Amino acid sequence: MGQPLGRGSQFGSCFFLITGFHGTHVSIGVIFLIAIARKVFRGDFDVERRGFFTSRKGYYEVVEITGLYWHFVDLVWVFIFAFFYLW
Amino acid sequence: MTNAAVHVEGPQQSLQAHVHDTIASGTTHAKGQQHPIKLYLVVWGWLFVLSTCSYLVDFFGLHGNLRWSLICLFMVLKAGLIVAVFMHMAWERLALAYAILLPPVLVLVFVSIMVFESDYTHFLRILFFAAST
Repeated sequence: MGQPLGRGSQFGSCFFLITGFHGTHVSIGVIFLIAIARKVFRGDFDVERRGFFTSRKGYYEVVEITGLYWHFVDLVWVFIFAFFYLW
Repeated sequence: MTNAAVHVEGPQQSLQAHVHDTIASGTTHAKGQQHPIKLYLVVWGWLFVLSTCSYLVDFFGLHGNLRWSLICLFMVLKAGLIVAVFMHMAWERLALAYAILLPPVLVLVFVSIMVFESDYTHFLRILFFAAST
Protein backbone atom coordinates (compact mmCIF):
# COMPACT_ATOMS: atom_id res chain seq x y z
CA MET A 1 0.00 0.00 0.00
CA GLY A 2 3.00 2.27 0.42
CA GLN A 3 3.85 3.37 -3.11
CA PRO A 4 1.04 4.95 -5.11
CA LEU A 5 1.73 2.70 -8.11
CA GLY A 6 3.49 -0.12 -6.30
CA ARG A 7 2.61 -3.60 -5.09
CA GLY A 8 -0.85 -3.97 -3.56
CA SER A 9 -2.05 -0.67 -4.96
CA GLN A 10 -5.49 -0.98 -6.49
CA PHE A 11 -5.02 2.14 -8.62
CA GLY A 12 -1.66 0.91 -9.88
CA SER A 13 -3.12 -2.50 -10.75
CA CYS A 14 -5.96 -0.97 -12.75
CA PHE A 15 -3.72 1.66 -14.32
CA PHE A 16 -1.07 -0.73 -15.57
CA LEU A 17 -3.61 -3.37 -16.62
CA ILE A 18 -5.61 -0.88 -18.69
CA THR A 19 -2.69 1.06 -20.19
CA GLY A 20 -0.80 -2.18 -20.77
CA PHE A 21 -3.69 -3.74 -22.65
CA HIS A 22 -4.14 -0.53 -24.59
CA GLY A 23 -0.47 -0.51 -25.54
CA THR A 24 -0.79 -4.12 -26.70
CA HIS A 25 -3.70 -3.18 -28.94
CA VAL A 26 -1.80 -0.18 -30.31
CA SER A 27 1.16 -2.43 -31.12
CA ILE A 28 -1.11 -4.95 -32.87
CA GLY A 29 -2.71 -2.08 -34.79
CA VAL A 30 0.66 -0.74 -35.92
CA ILE A 31 1.67 -4.20 -37.16
CA PHE A 32 -1.61 -4.61 -39.04
CA LEU A 33 -1.47 -1.10 -40.54
CA ILE A 34 2.07 -1.73 -41.79
CA ALA A 35 0.99 -5.06 -43.30
CA ILE A 36 -2.06 -3.49 -45.00
CA ALA A 37 -0.02 -0.51 -46.25
CA ARG A 38 2.48 -2.94 -47.77
CA LYS A 39 -0.35 -4.81 -49.48
CA VAL A 40 -1.82 -1.56 -50.86
CA PHE A 41 1.62 -0.37 -51.98
CA ARG A 42 2.25 -3.69 -53.71
CA GLY A 43 -1.18 -3.57 -55.40
CA ASP A 44 -2.41 -6.83 -53.87
CA PHE A 45 -6.01 -5.60 -53.72
CA ASP A 46 -6.06 -4.57 -57.38
CA VAL A 47 -5.32 -8.16 -58.45
CA GLU A 48 -7.39 -9.62 -55.55
CA ARG A 49 -4.41 -11.60 -54.33
CA ARG A 50 -5.22 -13.88 -51.41
CA GLY A 51 -3.86 -13.19 -47.94
CA PHE A 52 -1.09 -15.15 -46.27
CA PHE A 53 -3.27 -16.86 -43.65
CA THR A 54 -6.43 -17.26 -45.70
CA SER A 55 -7.70 -18.68 -48.94
CA ARG A 56 -10.03 -15.70 -49.47
CA LYS A 57 -9.20 -13.00 -51.95
CA GLY A 58 -8.03 -9.62 -50.72
CA TYR A 59 -10.23 -6.57 -51.26
CA TYR A 60 -9.86 -2.90 -50.34
CA GLU A 61 -12.51 -3.38 -47.61
CA VAL A 62 -9.76 -4.56 -45.26
CA VAL A 63 -8.28 -1.06 -45.35
CA GLU A 64 -11.59 0.29 -44.04
CA ILE A 65 -11.86 -2.48 -41.43
CA THR A 66 -8.31 -1.97 -40.16
CA GLY A 67 -9.01 1.76 -40.04
CA LEU A 68 -12.10 1.09 -37.93
CA TYR A 69 -10.05 -1.04 -35.53
CA TRP A 70 -7.37 1.64 -35.29
CA HIS A 71 -9.84 4.44 -34.62
CA PHE A 72 -11.66 2.34 -32.05
CA VAL A 73 -8.36 1.93 -30.17
CA ASP A 74 -7.93 5.70 -30.61
CA LEU A 75 -11.42 6.25 -29.16
CA VAL A 76 -10.63 4.10 -26.13
CA TRP A 77 -7.51 6.18 -25.52
CA VAL A 78 -9.62 9.37 -25.35
CA PHE A 79 -11.47 7.89 -22.37
CA ILE A 80 -8.36 6.41 -20.73
CA PHE A 81 -6.59 9.76 -21.02
CA ALA A 82 -9.49 11.65 -19.46
CA PHE A 83 -10.16 9.21 -16.62
CA PHE A 84 -6.60 8.21 -15.67
CA TYR A 85 -4.40 11.16 -16.53
CA LEU A 86 -6.69 14.15 -15.95
CA TRP A 87 -9.11 12.90 -13.27
CA MET B 1 -36.79 -34.99 -52.48
CA THR B 2 -34.81 -33.84 -55.44
CA ASN B 3 -37.51 -31.45 -56.49
CA ALA B 4 -37.67 -29.97 -53.02
CA ALA B 5 -33.90 -29.62 -52.92
CA VAL B 6 -33.91 -27.87 -56.23
CA HIS B 7 -36.77 -25.72 -55.07
CA VAL B 8 -34.83 -24.67 -51.97
CA GLU B 9 -31.64 -24.19 -53.88
CA GLY B 10 -33.20 -21.75 -56.32
CA PRO B 11 -34.03 -18.90 -53.94
CA GLN B 12 -30.72 -19.40 -52.11
CA GLN B 13 -28.77 -18.86 -55.26
CA SER B 14 -30.79 -15.79 -56.12
CA LEU B 15 -30.27 -14.53 -52.58
CA GLN B 16 -26.54 -15.05 -52.86
CA ALA B 17 -26.49 -13.30 -56.19
CA HIS B 18 -28.50 -10.48 -54.66
CA VAL B 19 -26.09 -10.20 -51.71
CA HIS B 20 -23.16 -10.21 -54.08
CA ASP B 21 -24.77 -7.48 -56.16
CA THR B 22 -25.42 -5.43 -53.04
CA ILE B 23 -21.84 -5.83 -51.86
CA ALA B 24 -20.51 -4.99 -55.30
CA SER B 25 -22.72 -1.91 -55.61
CA GLY B 26 -21.72 -0.96 -52.05
CA THR B 27 -18.06 -1.00 -52.96
CA THR B 28 -18.62 1.00 -56.11
CA HIS B 29 -20.75 3.39 -54.09
CA ALA B 30 -17.95 3.71 -51.49
CA LYS B 31 -15.48 4.42 -54.26
CA GLY B 32 -17.79 7.16 -55.51
CA GLN B 33 -18.10 8.95 -52.15
CA GLN B 34 -14.50 9.21 -51.04
CA HIS B 35 -14.11 12.00 -48.54
CA PRO B 36 -11.53 14.66 -49.23
CA ILE B 37 -8.30 14.23 -47.26
CA LYS B 38 -8.72 17.82 -46.08
CA LEU B 39 -11.68 16.78 -43.91
CA TYR B 40 -9.52 14.27 -42.04
CA LEU B 41 -6.76 16.82 -41.56
CA VAL B 42 -9.22 19.43 -40.27
CA VAL B 43 -10.65 16.91 -37.78
CA TRP B 44 -7.10 15.94 -36.80
CA GLY B 45 -6.36 19.61 -36.10
CA TRP B 46 -9.51 19.96 -34.01
CA LEU B 47 -8.53 16.88 -32.00
CA PHE B 48 -5.18 18.55 -31.30
CA VAL B 49 -6.95 21.75 -30.18
CA LEU B 50 -9.33 19.83 -27.91
CA SER B 51 -6.47 17.78 -26.42
CA THR B 52 -4.60 21.01 -25.72
CA CYS B 53 -7.69 22.42 -24.02
CA SER B 54 -8.08 19.37 -21.78
CA TYR B 55 -4.37 19.54 -20.94
CA LEU B 56 -4.73 23.25 -20.11
CA VAL B 57 -7.49 22.35 -17.63
CA ASP B 58 -4.84 20.40 -15.72
CA PHE B 59 -2.15 23.03 -16.35
CA PHE B 60 -4.15 25.88 -14.84
CA GLY B 61 -5.13 23.65 -11.93
CA LEU B 62 -8.89 24.11 -12.25
CA HIS B 63 -10.76 22.26 -9.52
CA GLY B 64 -14.21 21.13 -8.57
CA ASN B 65 -17.18 20.87 -10.87
CA LEU B 66 -15.61 23.16 -13.47
CA ARG B 67 -12.67 20.75 -13.90
CA TRP B 68 -14.77 17.61 -14.28
CA SER B 69 -17.32 19.23 -16.57
CA LEU B 70 -14.60 20.70 -18.84
CA ILE B 71 -12.69 17.39 -18.97
CA CYS B 72 -15.90 15.50 -19.78
CA LEU B 73 -16.91 18.11 -22.38
CA PHE B 74 -13.60 17.90 -24.24
CA MET B 75 -13.63 14.10 -23.92
CA VAL B 76 -17.11 13.82 -25.42
CA LEU B 77 -16.29 16.26 -28.21
CA LYS B 78 -13.15 14.32 -29.14
CA ALA B 79 -14.99 10.99 -29.00
CA GLY B 80 -17.78 12.42 -31.12
CA LEU B 81 -15.37 13.68 -33.79
CA ILE B 82 -13.56 10.34 -33.93
CA VAL B 83 -16.77 8.31 -34.14
CA ALA B 84 -18.51 10.65 -36.60
CA VAL B 85 -15.69 11.28 -39.08
CA PHE B 86 -12.86 8.79 -38.55
CA MET B 87 -15.23 5.85 -38.02
CA HIS B 88 -17.66 7.18 -40.67
CA MET B 89 -20.72 7.18 -38.42
CA ALA B 90 -21.84 10.48 -39.98
CA TRP B 91 -22.32 8.74 -43.32
CA GLU B 92 -24.09 5.66 -41.94
CA ARG B 93 -27.85 5.30 -41.98
CA LEU B 94 -29.62 6.73 -38.97
CA ALA B 95 -30.86 3.34 -37.72
CA LEU B 96 -27.29 2.02 -37.37
CA ALA B 97 -26.17 5.18 -35.60
CA TYR B 98 -29.00 4.80 -33.08
CA ALA B 99 -28.31 1.07 -32.67
CA ILE B 100 -24.68 1.79 -31.77
CA LEU B 101 -24.99 5.04 -29.83
CA LEU B 102 -28.20 4.56 -27.88
CA PRO B 103 -27.22 1.52 -25.68
CA PRO B 104 -24.09 3.19 -24.22
CA VAL B 105 -26.15 6.34 -23.56
CA LEU B 106 -28.76 4.29 -21.73
CA VAL B 107 -26.02 2.58 -19.68
CA LEU B 108 -24.72 6.02 -18.73
CA VAL B 109 -28.23 7.09 -17.71
CA PHE B 110 -28.45 3.97 -15.53
CA VAL B 111 -25.04 4.71 -13.98
CA SER B 112 -26.06 8.29 -13.24
CA ILE B 113 -29.27 7.07 -11.59
CA MET B 114 -27.18 4.72 -9.41
CA VAL B 115 -24.78 7.55 -8.51
CA PHE B 116 -27.73 9.81 -7.73
CA GLU B 117 -29.16 7.14 -5.41
CA SER B 118 -25.84 6.18 -3.81
CA ASP B 119 -25.98 8.76 -1.02
CA TYR B 120 -29.41 7.56 0.02
CA THR B 121 -28.31 3.90 -0.05
CA HIS B 122 -25.21 4.74 1.97
CA PHE B 123 -27.32 6.67 4.47
CA LEU B 124 -29.67 3.68 4.88
CA ARG B 125 -26.77 1.30 5.45
CA ILE B 126 -25.27 3.53 8.10
CA LEU B 127 -28.68 3.98 9.73
CA PHE B 128 -29.62 0.28 9.89
CA PHE B 129 -26.40 -1.75 9.72
CA ALA B 130 -23.74 0.36 11.40
CA ALA B 131 -25.78 0.90 14.57
CA SER B 132 -25.63 -2.75 15.65
CA THR B 133 -21.81 -2.90 15.78
